[in-house]
Amino acid sequence: MRLILAALMLVLALPAFAVQPDEMLSDPALESRARELSKELRCLVCRNESIDESNAGLARDLRLLVRERLVEGDSDAEVIDFVVDRYGEYVLLKPTLTGANLILWVAGPVLLLAGIGIGIGYQRRNRLSREAPAERLSEDEAARLKAILDDGSA
Amino acid sequence: MISELGHFALILAGFVALFQAVVPFIGAHRGWSSWMAAAVPAATAQFLLTAFSFAALTHAFVTSDFTLKLVVENSHSLKPMLYKVSGVWGNHEGSMLLWVLILTLFGALCGWFGRNLPPSLKARVLSVQAMIAAAFFAFILFTSNPFLRLAVPPMDGHDLNPLLQDPGLAFHPPFLYLGYVGLSLTFSFAVAALIEGRVDAAWGRWVRPWTLVSWMFLTVGIALGSWWAYYELGWGGFWFWDPVENASFMPWLIAAALLHCAIVVEKRESLKNWTILLAILAFGFSLIGTFIVRSGVITSVHAFANDPERGVFILAILAVFMGGALTLYAARAGAMQSKGVFGLVSRESALVANNILLAVSCFTVFIGTIWPLVAELLFGRKLTVGAPFFNAAFTPFMVALAVILPLGALLPWKRGRLGRVAMQLWPVALLAVAVGLLAFAVQTGRSALAPIGIALGTWLILGSLRDLWLRTGRGEGRLRRLVHLPRADWGKSVAHAGLGVTFIGIAAMTAWQIEDIRVAKIGDRFEVGGYGIQLDKVEEVKGPNYFSTMATMTVWDGDRQIAMLHPEKRVYPVAQMPTTEAGIDNGIWRDFYLVIGDPQAAGGYAVRTYVKPFANWIWAGAIIMAGGGLLSLTDRRFRVAAGAAKAPGRRPVPAE
Repeated sequence: MRLILAALMLVLALPAFAVQPDEMLSDPALESRARELSKELRCLVCRNESIDESNAGLARDLRLLVRERLVEGDSDAEVIDFVVDRYGEYVLLKPTLTGANLILWVAGPVLLLAGIGIGIGYQRRNRLSREAPAERLSEDEAARLKAILDDGSA
Repeated sequence: MISELGHFALILAGFVALFQAVVPFIGAHRGWSSWMAAAVPAATAQFLLTAFSFAALTHAFVTSDFTLKLVVENSHSLKPMLYKVSGVWGNHEGSMLLWVLILTLFGALCGWFGRNLPPSLKARVLSVQAMIAAAFFAFILFTSNPFLRLAVPPMDGHDLNPLLQDPGLAFHPPFLYLGYVGLSLTFSFAVAALIEGRVDAAWGRWVRPWTLVSWMFLTVGIALGSWWAYYELGWGGFWFWDPVENASFMPWLIAAALLHCAIVVEKRESLKNWTILLAILAFGFSLIGTFIVRSGVITSVHAFANDPERGVFILAILAVFMGGALTLYAARAGAMQSKGVFGLVSRESALVANNILLAVSCFTVFIGTIWPLVAELLFGRKLTVGAPFFNAAFTPFMVALAVILPLGALLPWKRGRLGRVAMQLWPVALLAVAVGLLAFAVQTGRSALAPIGIALGTWLILGSLRDLWLRTGRGEGRLRRLVHLPRADWGKSVAHAGLGVTFIGIAAMTAWQIEDIRVAKIGDRFEVGGYGIQLDKVEEVKGPNYFSTMATMTVWDGDRQIAMLHPEKRVYPVAQMPTTEAGIDNGIWRDFYLVIGDPQAAGGYAVRTYVKPFANWIWAGAIIMAGGGLLSLTDRRFRVAAGAAKAPGRRPVPAE
């Protein structure tokens, strides 16, 4: 029974969990840079998971690749470029600020400004449209007032 | 036999929905009271028929009736009873049946509790509700029938996805759906009001409790899902900005906005157009969420039904209802006259700011969620929008919201003075900054995220308490008055404080988490964040429908044992899937989170250890928020005849 169980485990337990001890670099500074970079890169065969979180074999390969580049002395940007060159921008979890992606990035702030503008405009109009009739006289009223004043002075 | 009856009841419910959509609508238009009155019994019948159908499906799952295709695909005779029941909604067809069950439940509830509603409004609300129901009955019957039989039933089933076999996730969908679908009723109210051409304080008062109920259920549902992700997925994340998570988060944000601006309609008869629009959008985002999950257009870990036909059907429902409602809105919104006037510095303006921030943050999430689709279709770029984008684009709005919240909560209606509010709040601000500085001093050389988040959380919590205290007036008997403040005031402060608690939890856990990954041999003790962690033993255990590699690990503070934990790695042979069950010691100030991995070639096991400070505050805050909603819901004015003249002898409430 134990043997069957062990065999089952071996067959089924193929996906190991995320970052494995044997992948880690001995230099803690490099390792923490690798971890940060891994959080920005997508596991290509997973759904919206970074390679840092993913259990897939391909994610492990990418994690090893990132570490390899770091050990060779690449800067963070160079590592990202290296990976993007090979796998396309699909691999970036944070889209670049280029071309049409600008829409994505500025949509929030622009909407916020528009919202503030509309909000203030609404408040102004709302107040003016309510207060105006009370403050200003209609033409009839102005004429009557003028007549009364003229009468008085006459 | 029972399954056939369930199927039949479902078809019948669909016809009742059609009847309810047409007859009361015509009745309201022509002023025929008997036709209008048909709505309530029809809503009751619709609910009872759907409930029967749902019970029939549950019966099939509980008795493991493997002649049903759905049961074969999602159940197994050895599965524990809880998961046989939760298996009913752990799949596409069953969860859609739950969806309409809740839809009809809300319709029926509105019929039962809406005695004070004007008959024509009630008839129109129930009619619109039935139109939505009819569309979804058609969806289920034509594309996702749960009652399909198999000609040759197998001996046993394929089992439920093991990740879903978990108490947290067993109740996650019902809560979420109660929230999603509850928003259908506010939508129906909005459309009915547009048809009637009338929105007044009474309307605001009828709509608000339903929004509140939906928002509370959404809050709990989202919290359950996030909590599940935390302990089940094996690395202790709590939010992944996954499209399906976003699908539930967007309606939550809009519902929160709607909740706040319905107050303005109720108290000040202002912002009516905006409130109607939000009510339409809130349900719109629920439908978009349903579309995202069901169509699998935007890939996600949750999408369990990737079927283009279903996607198109839901898209059609979305187009018809949103298109129809927004067209009606464009035609009729101009007729809504606002009454209340307000200054630039006033409670109204603060609530407008709240609405702008919540709506804009919702649209940011929306754009981020659909951007991969847009970029591919329009620009031919295959790209990903993941957590780093959302963290960067979404967080600033929440920070702004937290900064203005306590100020806005104290401002009076119509016209206020910022200076006065600032005077009342400066001790709170000072304390919040002090707490933030303390956090900064405790941590050394780490990101500013934690101090800022903790200062904001403190600002929210203390600001809410200050708000409550200021409401008690002056002089003697303040404590007594504090207890007797309207429940709505308590609800407001409790909910806002809950948001503060969540802020602190997210900031502290994200910034201060300690992680350790290593190979440990049996008997090894290693140090993580000042605590000793020891791997005592690892054994093979057999569960009801899985095999487990279970470790026994102890956490030590010096010579004192703090906790003994059993992280597991399970394998579900029928579903052929492994899962990790983290060993978690929950605490107020920190969680220990242990994960056992594979045996290593050189001996020992891969072990992950996390110390997660303030982790539980994230979900505690969500529960407190929902509790605040519940308090507010029990407020007297929702129980007394809504819309009736002010009850005699009602104590004057200080201007809120």
